[in-house]
Amino acid sequence: MTVYLDHAATTPIHPVAAAAMTAQLGSVGNANSLHASGRAARRVVEESRETVARALGCRPGEVVFTSGGTEADNLALKGLYWSRRAADDRRRRILSTTIEHHAVLDPLHWLADEEGAQVELIGVDHLGRIDLAALKAAVEADPGSIALVSVMWANNEVGTVQPVTEVVEIAHTHGIPVHTDAVQAVGQVPVDFAASGVDAMTVTGHKIGGPYGVGALLVRREVQLTALLHGGGQERDVRSGTIDAPAIAGFASACEIAVKHQPELAVRLSALRDELVAGVMAAAPEASYNGDRVSDVGHRLPGNAHLTFPGCEGDSLLMLLDARGIECSTGSACNAGVPQPSHVLLAMGCDDEQARGSLRFSLGHTSTAADVEALLAAIGPVVERARAAGNGARGSAG
Amino acid sequence: MRVLAAMSGGVDSAVAAARAAEAGHDVTGIHLALSRNPKSYRTGARGCCTIEDSNDAGRAADVIGIPFYVWDMSERFHEDVVEDFLAEYAGGRTPNPCLRCNEKIKFAAVLERGLALGFDAVVTGHYAQLRTGSDGLIEMHRARDHGKDQSYVLGVLSQQQLAHSLFPLGDTAKPEIRREAERRGLQVADKPDSHDICFISDGDTGGWLSEKLGTDAPNSGGPIVDGASGEVLGEHAGSWRFTIGQRKGLRIGTPAPDGKPRFVLDIEPVSGTVTVGPREALAVTGLRCIRPLWCGAAPTAPLECSVQLRAHGEEHRAVVVPSATGFEVTLHDPASGIAPGQACVIYERTRVVGSGTIASTLR
Repeated sequence: MTVYLDHAATTPIHPVAAAAMTAQLGSVGNANSLHASGRAARRVVEESRETVARALGCRPGEVVFTSGGTEADNLALKGLYWSRRAADDRRRRILSTTIEHHAVLDPLHWLADEEGAQVELIGVDHLGRIDLAALKAAVEADPGSIALVSVMWANNEVGTVQPVTEVVEIAHTHGIPVHTDAVQAVGQVPVDFAASGVDAMTVTGHKIGGPYGVGALLVRREVQLTALLHGGGQERDVRSGTIDAPAIAGFASACEIAVKHQPELAVRLSALRDELVAGVMAAAPEASYNGDRVSDVGHRLPGNAHLTFPGCEGDSLLMLLDARGIECSTGSACNAGVPQPSHVLLAMGCDDEQARGSLRFSLGHTSTAADVEALLAAIGPVVERARAAGNGARGSAG
Repeated sequence: MRVLAAMSGGVDSAVAAARAAEAGHDVTGIHLALSRNPKSYRTGARGCCTIEDSNDAGRAADVIGIPFYVWDMSERFHEDVVEDFLAEYAGGRTPNPCLRCNEKIKFAAVLERGLALGFDAVVTGHYAQLRTGSDGLIEMHRARDHGKDQSYVLGVLSQQQLAHSLFPLGDTAKPEIRREAERRGLQVADKPDSHDICFISDGDTGGWLSEKLGTDAPNSGGPIVDGASGEVLGEHAGSWRFTIGQRKGLRIGTPAPDGKPRFVLDIEPVSGTVTVGPREALAVTGLRCIRPLWCGAAPTAPLECSVQLRAHGEEHRAVVVPSATGFEVTLHDPASGIAPGQACVIYERTRVVGSGTIASTLR
């Protein structure tokens, strides 16, 4: 029996979304064909677009379907940078944060290395919340040189919700567009595209109970993007490729369900999460709880629990829990399968040891009290054992 | 038993893990990440440290049906193996990093961590055989396939380490292992054997050492001297580019008076002087060894035995006499081209008695 506590990595598909997707898999029809089969596929895609728009607070025309979050982030960052720079060659600065997902950080580094972008990553406090004063200062230093601002809605590792409204206010004072990666936020906290004021927002299917390989970039109608993929211009002329009607149908269905159930899910998961954290801290009193401790959707993702276990390797903890059927994450990126200390924790002021000795438990729509109980029954001995093994995998002998 | 299978991504360790699982052990596969920058190491299927190798190991674990993780041993490997390798060459010696890795990493750091995490043993794809002797101690013997035998690089293991090791391939010949891998559906069945030194990506040890040791090292340059006449025959760019017994790459302009080829006889690490001379001058009749490591009880009296002085080298009949700092070896069969820094592994018939590091040779 598997205890799945890694919903932030991917969450099980909702049966209704799976049904919506499989219903389409058996139908022929390219949504761009002019005949009846094409029209039938197009109708599914456009109804899905309307569903997504309704769920997330945008207009249907503002939904650009993509292959998922990574593509949406790439399209937003590169597309906005190129188009803003084309309009005014001075716009080469991109402001973002030190705690973004690699789907944002890597394109930014690429733009800096290959496209003359000047990337400035604004720091965060010990809770993982962006330093708004630093952002404001960076903007006001020379607003005319900024191509865009990109700040994630909520952090994937420690679950800290970012003050997106304030970010938008600072940027829009100077007419600078804002992108946000809301991949972790949708379905967990209230997300409304129009109300937030952002100009572009990344969302993805498999984090909200939809299928893999599909997502969207929501882009305000007046915002110009330079295309990334050329070859037909199927999606608003900025994204090419035959439209994946079944995946889009599943994604839209999941989106609708996730947003509809978000308020009650947040209440249920917050309670479960608080129980999990309290139980782990009772079993391993030296552990520390990272991120924003305020258990409120304005501060922290309700499904996120991120803890550091001093003297333990996150690797060892993960392996020992895995052997007991409990699945979680060290929440860090890998370099050739080698876990690196999390850049998010380092940015929050943790040292290397703390960053390597951490685990992320993330709850989702299928999580139950029994999952938390199973973890709490195992965590004490696991931490003890991992501490005995110490950090022998690295560092000096002994 | 709960065992950790160290999986390099090659065919041997994959079959070893599969055999351990088939024998009923609860096996967890691990791949050791040894490079601090994995992308910089060897590409292609030559070494044991690339991303591709890690993926191959993971894929083999999937096929066997065991959990698989990557363990970051890069810091320990750098400190205990790479830095030692550099220091040895800087000191005019010729180290064997594979023994060092077995002694300090695979059967030390990995084993210690494994034991602490609740495992009972480490299983590897080394070709050697373990048996329990009449005294109850674990004995390590040469592999049945003498051509593939790797007991030499395991000669650094203690009784405690051997008691927590499994070498399931020791009774099988290599071609059979490849056939078995194929039968088991392991994709690495036809992957070439690894060779050379895993952390030197292009195989150019001299160039790598020059880059790391640089021009500041006292032996980064020096004369090449004729051992008999004392005549300076040329200059070199780093004494680490030479090993005792080496003949090629000396780049001496003037031929020897007798027209015979000249060999490296000696390397003086401080002055950087490299001494050359005829083949006869290479013959070694005795050795002084330090850092003794015994697989079982240490010998207390002179031991009639045989010794092996390099990986895949021949055996020499010898007498080993324990000393205060290690042991002295008198060779009944003279050896040639023996370099300080290499390991002297002692055998009684097929059994490994122990090993030491060659500190000096007697000619």
